[in-house]
Amino acid sequence: MHLGKVIGTLTPCVVYAGLEGVPLLLVQPLDAKLHDHGAPFVAADSTRMCGRDELIYYESSREAALALDPWFVPVDHAIIGIVDDVHLTDFLGREG
Amino acid sequence: MQIGRVRGAIHSTINHPFYDGRKLLIVDYLDTGGEPTGEYVIAIDTVDSGAGETVLVLDEGNSARQIVDRSNAPVRSVIVGIVDQISIP
Repeated sequence: MHLGKVIGTLTPCVVYAGLEGVPLLLVQPLDAKLHDHGAPFVAADSTRMCGRDELIYYESSREAALALDPWFVPVDHAIIGIVDDVHLTDFLGREG
Repeated sequence: MQIGRVRGAIHSTINHPFYDGRKLLIVDYLDTGGEPTGEYVIAIDTVDSGAGETVLVLDEGNSARQIVDRSNAPVRSVIVGIVDQISIP
């Protein structure tokens, strides 16, 4: 899983069977320090509660399809949860 | 599997039911020299690792689901070990 930020919503008029009613959100992937990190993509929202500018974490490939209810809906990215806070304790300088 | 270093944690109350009450750790991937590669992952913890520790991260769905013993859990990255020593002769 990785961090992301919801930057928009997407309303399709025709979708593949099983995707009806699944909220689709535009997500900007982020790195661990919450900077933009890669191109935005569309993710299905398994929590059904995400709003604009919310910090989220998402999963891709088969795990994204498993995250939705009913699961195994054809999606390749799914939002798993909304992040309340990120605690980073930078230990980059210490020996492993 | 990958070598990583736990850099912190995220806390979440609204999430997929599988993740309720699970520890979510941010792990920086390391190269063989112990330096961060720039990539990271959010993994669930199964060995009580903490920030700063060098860990072993498994990043494959089937194995992850075997570990959590749930056939349809949306999980892929799992911390499966704490590394004491890496020796490359």
